[in-house]
Amino acid sequence: MQYVYEGWRGFESGTWVKEINVRSFIKHNFTPYNGDDSFLAGPTKDTLDLWAQVLDLTRQEREAGGVLDMDTKVISTITSHAPGYLDQNKERIVGLQTDKPLKRALMPFGGIRMAEKACADNGYCLDPEVKEVFTKYRKTHNAGVFDVYTPEMRACRSSHIITGLPDAYGRGRIIGDYRRVALYGVDRLIEDKNEQKETTRSTMYAEIIRDREELSEQVRALGELKEMAASYGFDISKPAVDTKEAIQWMYFGYLAAVKEQNGAAMSLGRTSTFIDIYAERDLREGRYTEEQLQEMVDHFIMKLRLIKFARTPEYNALFSGDPQWVTESIGGMAIDGRHMVTKMSYRYLHTLVNLGPAPEPNLTVLWSTGLPENFKRFCAKISIETSSVQYENDDLMRFHHGDDYAIACCVSSMVVGKEMQFFGARANLAKCLLYAINGGIDEVTGKQVGPEYRPITSEYLDYDEVMHKYDEMMQWLAGVYVNTLNIIHYMHDKYCYEKIQMALHDRHVTRWFATGIAGLSVVADSLSAIKYAKVRCIRDERGIVTDYEVEGDFPKYGNDDDRVDSIAYDIVHRFMGHIRKNHTYRESIPTTSILTITSNVVYGKNTGATPDGRKKGEAFAPGANPMHRRDTHGAVSSLASVAKLPFRDAQDGISNTFSIIPGALGKDDKIFVGDIDVDICLDCSSGACGGGPTLFEGLDTDE
Amino acid sequence: MEGRIHSTESFGTVDGPGLRYVVFMQGCPMRCLYCHNPDTWDASGGRLVSADDILSQYEKNRVFYQNGGLTVTGGEPLLQIDFLLELFSKAKGKGIHTCIDTSGITYNPPNEEYTKKLDELMRLTDLVMLDIKHIDSERHKRLTGMDNAPVLAFARYLEGKNVPVWIRHVVVEGYSDREDDLVALGTFIGGLKNVKALDVLPYHSMGEAKYAELGIPYALKGMKPLENAAAIKAKQKILNGVRLAREQKKN
Repeated sequence: MQYVYEGWRGFESGTWVKEINVRSFIKHNFTPYNGDDSFLAGPTKDTLDLWAQVLDLTRQEREAGGVLDMDTKVISTITSHAPGYLDQNKERIVGLQTDKPLKRALMPFGGIRMAEKACADNGYCLDPEVKEVFTKYRKTHNAGVFDVYTPEMRACRSSHIITGLPDAYGRGRIIGDYRRVALYGVDRLIEDKNEQKETTRSTMYAEIIRDREELSEQVRALGELKEMAASYGFDISKPAVDTKEAIQWMYFGYLAAVKEQNGAAMSLGRTSTFIDIYAERDLREGRYTEEQLQEMVDHFIMKLRLIKFARTPEYNALFSGDPQWVTESIGGMAIDGRHMVTKMSYRYLHTLVNLGPAPEPNLTVLWSTGLPENFKRFCAKISIETSSVQYENDDLMRFHHGDDYAIACCVSSMVVGKEMQFFGARANLAKCLLYAINGGIDEVTGKQVGPEYRPITSEYLDYDEVMHKYDEMMQWLAGVYVNTLNIIHYMHDKYCYEKIQMALHDRHVTRWFATGIAGLSVVADSLSAIKYAKVRCIRDERGIVTDYEVEGDFPKYGNDDDRVDSIAYDIVHRFMGHIRKNHTYRESIPTTSILTITSNVVYGKNTGATPDGRKKGEAFAPGANPMHRRDTHGAVSSLASVAKLPFRDAQDGISNTFSIIPGALGKDDKIFVGDIDVDICLDCSSGACGGGPTLFEGLDTDE
Repeated sequence: MEGRIHSTESFGTVDGPGLRYVVFMQGCPMRCLYCHNPDTWDASGGRLVSADDILSQYEKNRVFYQNGGLTVTGGEPLLQIDFLLELFSKAKGKGIHTCIDTSGITYNPPNEEYTKKLDELMRLTDLVMLDIKHIDSERHKRLTGMDNAPVLAFARYLEGKNVPVWIRHVVVEGYSDREDDLVALGTFIGGLKNVKALDVLPYHSMGEAKYAELGIPYALKGMKPLENAAAIKAKQKILNGVRLAREQKKN
């Protein structure tokens, strides 16, 4: 094609030339790779030096009690800080959130109290002037929300029947299409946004006013993005010309987002196959070697590992650590039937070897039965070596989202640049069951939190009676929950708008209204116990049921037993039905997720004893996992139970956290004895063949 | 019919090729000192399950087992040969790869009825994992409480039937780690035409807790798990024996 920009030379044309459409670009230009991992290059000296420096910094950070340095005065914006480096001469990809590595930025727009506490808890003192500005003159998201909350919402919040609400911190879960920066350059993106603004409807309804204001914010953010890149010495107004620039341009887009937002999950998207197109062209042109390409990827991933936010100990307790959820989605299938694994998919995963294992970025393989065998083996190998790969079912999600979606956080799927999500924490369905039994009275505090429905007064629980009351209580909970979220997202849009991330979205964005469920396996087992065993209520002096005695055995979720698995299915389906009955903010589409990967501990702590025999305060199982040690028939049965949950009703994701020691996958850490380990080593006397079974197959026996 | 089983494992990765559905049968006549499943010894324990129930559970998650199959272990599965006949004949009807993990101790040619059933069962079996605890008769007795003659005879019987076999051998320090025994074991295996693989396992003490629970004294109390390296060495010695046997055969 006759290309307009140098950056587009040699690319096959398509819709992407005429409009902002990265998927079209990928579809027309990517090269599926079926080979194995033998082409991969190890780390360069510069990579090792830089990584040693990072390890040293993280050690210092640990020794300093978790935070190395913190801004207490400069409010973080895209352009707030001068350029920062590890070692400029060695870095192929540059850019830090602040002017120094691991220095945490000050982000008060979500809530000034949270920002202040994050400083104080880490031994820093927020500048009084900043506090005054954000208390007296500039309202925050948090202040907006609490102006509007009803007493009922506050009660639900403090009793933890609704938990983890993003009402004092950034909601996150939005993925900007950072690839657009590389493919189009910022000028073209600004031009596009200006055109969108010029063509809004002209009658000024509130929605149109909001759209026009948001578009102006977006254009301004894109201008700041250019300015920030320029401070590092790069002009990103035009498309990137090679792999190095493509990664750098894209990273600047992402960096702008994490300078602006301290979101609960700041995911990257689906970038590897996109970048591979540049790498293939550079290899063809002889511009870069494999070693150079791997070095760029290593340095890029290293930068992602340095992303940090200022947070409070409570926040870290909820999320079990200090996660950023820099999720990158790798692989998957195209809807034309080709798989989307490229050499770059290998290079991204190979960073776990070159730099060593790490939880961030959260490298997620979109798994399909159609992925090439070599790649599957490579994934298995990397998983065993590093325990750092997440897997998600592409065959399931592709049906709903096509072939250019990515995962935000741990499981939330959204089409990159076309869909976004309103993150919605979780409803504690186990506590809701206890409210149904106790007529809306909280079993821990004794307060009337839910509606004053008639409690259960019998000694033994009757399944039909419990189910009837539970269904009504779920309906109530769904109502309060959705309306609480409506307030939160209205205020977040108003006071803490994600300018740069939304600038990297289409004009018409599909918004998912994400809700979540905590305690599913507790509820399923509790109802199973009520149905198949006998559950006796133990009431305290106030007449509140605070404990249960289970007589007899009952089927437990996690054993591929339909008697209880169908209960879990039914609960998800019913609860989602109640959610759907409510109005949702900004025409968003309700979904739910069952994915408490870490916060299950905190939710369990605030929930009384349950009819399945779980004691007060005991942790819930994570996500849709069976309760700990109740799945007794092995992993396939356990997974089969989880797989029965209706994805249609839980489209925001169903998680199953699954650990296995490599040895349990087969002898000598090779997966599945006899399947892969086909080396004939009868003639090998060195002992290098290890302790696994030696196969005699193919040996010339003497007949 | 129904079989007496201890439990099932839906994610078996070490009991035959591929990912396998593993049925632990109840009851065993041997009392191997290092046995890590003493809870499967009692032939009247466990619970009754029909072959159809096992297969319907298998079928539900069949996709997981496409490169694997069904393994019966135990306990000693061949104690319940009638049940295995029904289970395997139905499994073969569904195209399932079948594997028996056995000690071979029940082999008894004078019992014609049993042998006839065994002939039929072997026709339905894709792989036998034969656990030879010891090549030396006396030391086999010390380790398992029983003579090894039926085990070795069963190995030859399987050769005659040309049933593919994986040999398993557990190395226990001071019990089954003598060099001459290991070489002799190799020589025996090397003489067999149907052996497809050799799996040498180091002793581990993970079963010890079960003994305490069951109130059975644990004979190997205090013995440390064998290091992997020692098992690799032992395997090399067995392989030396295999080579020896094959060279002798050639000459």
